[in-house]
Amino acid sequence: MSKLVSLKDAVSTLVHEGDVLYASGFTHLIPFAVGHEIIRQGIKNLVLARATPDLIYDQMVAAGCARKVIFSYMGNPGVGSLRRVRAAIEAGELAWEEYSHFSMISRLQAGASGLPFMPMKQTGAPDLVRNNPNYQHVTDPYKGEEVVVVPPLKPDVAVVHVQRADAEGNAQVWGIIGEQRLAAFAAQRVILTAEEIVDEAVIRSDPNRTLIPALVVDAVCHVPYCAHPSYTQGYHDRDNAFYLAWDQISKSEEGVGAYLQEWVYDLPDRHAYWEKLGSEVHQRLHAGERWSDPVNYGEY
Amino acid sequence: MIDRVAYNPQELMVVNAARLLREHDVVFVGVGIPNLACNLAMRTHAPNLQMIYEAGVIGAQPSRLPLSIGDPSLVTGSLSVCSMYDVFTLYLQRGNVDVGFLGGAQIDQYGNINATVIGDYQHPKVRLPGSGGSMEIAAWANRCYIITPHQRRRFPARVDFHTSIGFLSGGDARRKTGVRGGGPQAVVTNLGLLQPDQDGELILTALHPGVTFDQVQENTGWQLKQSPDWKRTEPPSQEELRILREDLDPQRIYI
Repeated sequence: MSKLVSLKDAVSTLVHEGDVLYASGFTHLIPFAVGHEIIRQGIKNLVLARATPDLIYDQMVAAGCARKVIFSYMGNPGVGSLRRVRAAIEAGELAWEEYSHFSMISRLQAGASGLPFMPMKQTGAPDLVRNNPNYQHVTDPYKGEEVVVVPPLKPDVAVVHVQRADAEGNAQVWGIIGEQRLAAFAAQRVILTAEEIVDEAVIRSDPNRTLIPALVVDAVCHVPYCAHPSYTQGYHDRDNAFYLAWDQISKSEEGVGAYLQEWVYDLPDRHAYWEKLGSEVHQRLHAGERWSDPVNYGEY
Repeated sequence: MIDRVAYNPQELMVVNAARLLREHDVVFVGVGIPNLACNLAMRTHAPNLQMIYEAGVIGAQPSRLPLSIGDPSLVTGSLSVCSMYDVFTLYLQRGNVDVGFLGGAQIDQYGNINATVIGDYQHPKVRLPGSGGSMEIAAWANRCYIITPHQRRRFPARVDFHTSIGFLSGGDARRKTGVRGGGPQAVVTNLGLLQPDQDGELILTALHPGVTFDQVQENTGWQLKQSPDWKRTEPPSQEELRILREDLDPQRIYI
């Protein structure tokens, strides 16, 4: 059964005020178009969870969508500070819950696997554990050593961008796969966005590449260039120049306000956004070709 | 004084960090200066060094200098790509990583690192990025190296927040936590090298050419001890600088 809908409809149906939202993607495949659609629809009081809030949550926090962030590295990757989230935290206007990358991902692993908690070896670092009551210690029943545990993270809604999916939501991802699969399995509802919607036969031609099966997907949206200014391996490059530009834009609320007006509120969708970026940017971010060697699955 | 080559503080730190790496080391690495140090070591004394990028890429052969930890050029032509959970468990937690690189806003007398907050955690004066991967890297890599400019505000006697641990309060405090890794083995700065003594206290073990102990002390927030066996580092060689400037970072993004 096809789950193809517009991104606008997927967001209005599946993202609700107050939800815990996980927009997945570690540097790669960050679903900016979905963040922008949530901003456009004015959905508020979200709890925004991501290992790296990145620019997508900086923009959503600046737009007033969030009451809390859950994160493990709050920076502008490769550039410096994540200014709007940081300013909101320093001003006491935004609640936060903090982990290391590994404990954040372990929470998703527990959520995705249906486990009550996930154990990790000790790191000996006392302060985060003391400040976040979600870190607990239990005794390994076999060796008697103390291990650290974190509870499952089960977002109300996860957003996952992929290279290609069929209309039902069987999705294939390559390049850095981060926490894409865990986020999809951990969440109650999943919005899948894809660069390309392909025939089911294409998915069946290479089943090992399918990280997310249709059975956990609620909506499939065809959103090319969804990840800009992050990237989609094999489709377009990361816009490092924009990450640097954001460092300037985000220095003031006014700067961010003007950006959101021009690039989010005044545009109907991602297609208009990509067209507005213009051909110079398209050329600069063009991904060349380097194909993998096909494998033989065999005929039986 | 013949053949004396000019170099900048970044180049000096990269070259000295590279010299600490050994043949066959498996190194957990991000982008920037540590990435340059690994690539320099591979092109000089450690051709069989193996790099694992935190984003889950093993055996990368990037065609350009990566600018973010998840740069697409790391993936194309690499040996393997795995999930974040896999890179932290199968590689780091399992004990398959020899060397981790760390940085932070503050490094204290016992090599503990703060990358989280200046001031009180609940009401931070300055909110920094936080752990990322560093909490586990500091605990579980066999050896850790810290690369940072030498400034007094970066070297307080005690960190405001333990994002990742060195030797905690010294003595056997680290060992008692049961973490598997050996902790920080050196702090490479633009002035010299600090290394832990038997008590886990960072002491001065090397000065770069032309640097005095007093200069280092002025930029360190505790009464710094100087190792009786302290050494003078060799200046970056012409070949090291050529590789850095011509091959690794020709656009001078990090150096």
